[in-house]
Amino acid sequence: MSLLSYAKALNRALADALEADPAVCVFGEDVGAGMAGLTFGLQDRFGRDRVVDLPLSEQAFTSLALGAALCGRRPVVEFQIPSLLFLVFEQIANQAHKISLMTGGQAAAPITYVVPGSGSREGWAGQHSDHPYSLFAHVGVKTVVPATPTDAYGLLASAIRDPDPVVFFAPSAAMSVREDVTRELEAVPLGAARVHREGTDVTVVAVGHLVHTALAVAAELAEEVSIEVFDPRTLYPFDWPALSLSLAKTRRLVVIDDSNRSCGIGAEVVASAAQESRLIAPPRRITRPDGAVLPFALALDRALQPNAEQLRQAVRAVAKEHG
Amino acid sequence: MTRALDDRAPQTVDPQTVDPQTADPQTVDPQTADPQSTDPPSAGARSVEPLDTPAARYRMIRLIRGFEELALELVRSGHIVGGTHPYIGQEAVAVGVCAALRPGDQITSTHRGHGHVLAKGVPPRLLLAELAGRVTGSNRGRGGSMHAADLRLGILGANGIVGAGVPIAAGAAWAAKQARADRVVAAFFGDGALNQGVLLETLNLAAIWKLPLLFVCENNGYATTLPAAAAVAGSAVARACGFGVAAFEVDGMDVEAVRGAASAAAGRARAGRGPVFLECRTYRFEGHHTVERRFRLAYRTAEEIAAWRARDPLESAAAALADAEAERAAIDAQVAAQLDDAREFALGSATPDPSGACDFLYASGLRPRAGALP
Repeated sequence: MSLLSYAKALNRALADALEADPAVCVFGEDVGAGMAGLTFGLQDRFGRDRVVDLPLSEQAFTSLALGAALCGRRPVVEFQIPSLLFLVFEQIANQAHKISLMTGGQAAAPITYVVPGSGSREGWAGQHSDHPYSLFAHVGVKTVVPATPTDAYGLLASAIRDPDPVVFFAPSAAMSVREDVTRELEAVPLGAARVHREGTDVTVVAVGHLVHTALAVAAELAEEVSIEVFDPRTLYPFDWPALSLSLAKTRRLVVIDDSNRSCGIGAEVVASAAQESRLIAPPRRITRPDGAVLPFALALDRALQPNAEQLRQAVRAVAKEHG
Repeated sequence: MTRALDDRAPQTVDPQTVDPQTADPQTVDPQTADPQSTDPPSAGARSVEPLDTPAARYRMIRLIRGFEELALELVRSGHIVGGTHPYIGQEAVAVGVCAALRPGDQITSTHRGHGHVLAKGVPPRLLLAELAGRVTGSNRGRGGSMHAADLRLGILGANGIVGAGVPIAAGAAWAAKQARADRVVAAFFGDGALNQGVLLETLNLAAIWKLPLLFVCENNGYATTLPAAAAVAGSAVARACGFGVAAFEVDGMDVEAVRGAASAAAGRARAGRGPVFLECRTYRFEGHHTVERRFRLAYRTAEEIAAWRARDPLESAAAALADAEAERAAIDAQVAAQLDDAREFALGSATPDPSGACDFLYASGLRPRAGALP
């Protein structure tokens, strides 16, 4: 048994992928120094030709990865700041994502885009605190937001092996999570949800670091209400059959999601559940506000993020309903 | 990655020498393909004609010209929906550059890409079928005019976003250099792309890494309707020089001038001496796209168009033929027959089944949820 941190799990998954497959390479800023943790020590181990430091040209190097992928490489592209994804949306959503369809299946783009530190980092203000995973799920780019170190390891391993582009969000608020690892680390398939805690009264769908918030609230309210904590892990493709199974049991739904409210993944979960499951209570979602831009001051930053108190209230509200 | 071209198993199929009898049985010889077939088209069993003589280059210019005229006709008749961006007038650039490339070299192309795609070896019947949205098209009817690609021929794709292909080409050039492959990549782009950030970013990357990359700027004088003179500060060549990239102005109406410059550039890149930038001065005789024909836009004068038409690359290429008149007539007849065949093949081919509209969306085979309840 050993304690594995989320950040170390990512680093180990990437090292194992580089070791296992010579086609894997890393593009990013400060990846040689390992500024974001993901690539720490890897340039020394695998060389500058495989862990490649790039000048501050995000748009060019994101499509550079596509060109390399078209020639048989399997690039991992690191972005130190989640908001850089807005800058390279064209290169991911409009180029890499579309190339398989547009070429009639001739081309594939096995590229993994990683943000080691997505969402608020507390105190980094408007342009370093976004959590735009719903944008990629909307476009249809495979999107993962692991909550735990072992899932981070396993999903990064699968993302790198996948033949399609995958955007990998490692929430800042989960990076300090440590986990007792009792088994060999292994790949976790994309598109498979995980029930962290079984329950019978309310299904709480929690995304990324908010899984830990949901687990804490579930433990705290255990005497009062039986909460099932459902972690989709992959937001696209979403594990709808697993959610249907959970809702068939609880028939009550709360979603806690660090997206802005309109068109966030929480909206999709609620809509799909409303359409396909027989809920006995109106579903609730806890999100950032519509159109949120996180302000700098700590109290303001925290005020706009989903929190445990909002989750408690929502769970109690839906638990009261008995159809 | 492409399923055919992989650095770990370098491409061994030379389209010029491949034996159709032993080629991948999954591939379809476009010369014998059944237009009703839904099998994937492929270049695997295709023989790419080299552009190594003045006659071959004249023939390709003639083919592109005729192809574009045929495409215009089929847009007017409604057989091609949407529209096209005609390459007419710029043929010497595609043919001159592709004449300097080897079969294993790669290109990225633009929204005005038919010339590049034909010159790099896609048979006209497959490109025309693609424009007409047929299953036998180069992209199985999924890409159309602006996304034509043939990965086995090294055509990494035309592109609907100005400048977007250039960093993709740089990635392919990086991969070639890493694999120590004897391969160069040519990125075609227009003067409009000179003002795209990714182009400037890519010039920098290509220069610092000495990538085997040819920046082929087709300066046709206009970014849609905006004159380059009103849009480009300094000059294209000076911009490239600013990054330490060797840069040359080339007469883009003269196929031999383009071929000469591109051959020197490719040789330099292949020798590991880094990227080269070629500004090919050219002109499109038609509008920006076929829709423009319906408007009466006045951004170019009749005199200007006439002056460039007087330098038609088709005529200068014809003048280089040994026995100009007879040879030209013979080639023209061959090309006309090839285009008749292309039309018959394309218009006789099946349109895709709507139930397959999401096919190829994911390489993994993932099927998305339906957009409506069943």
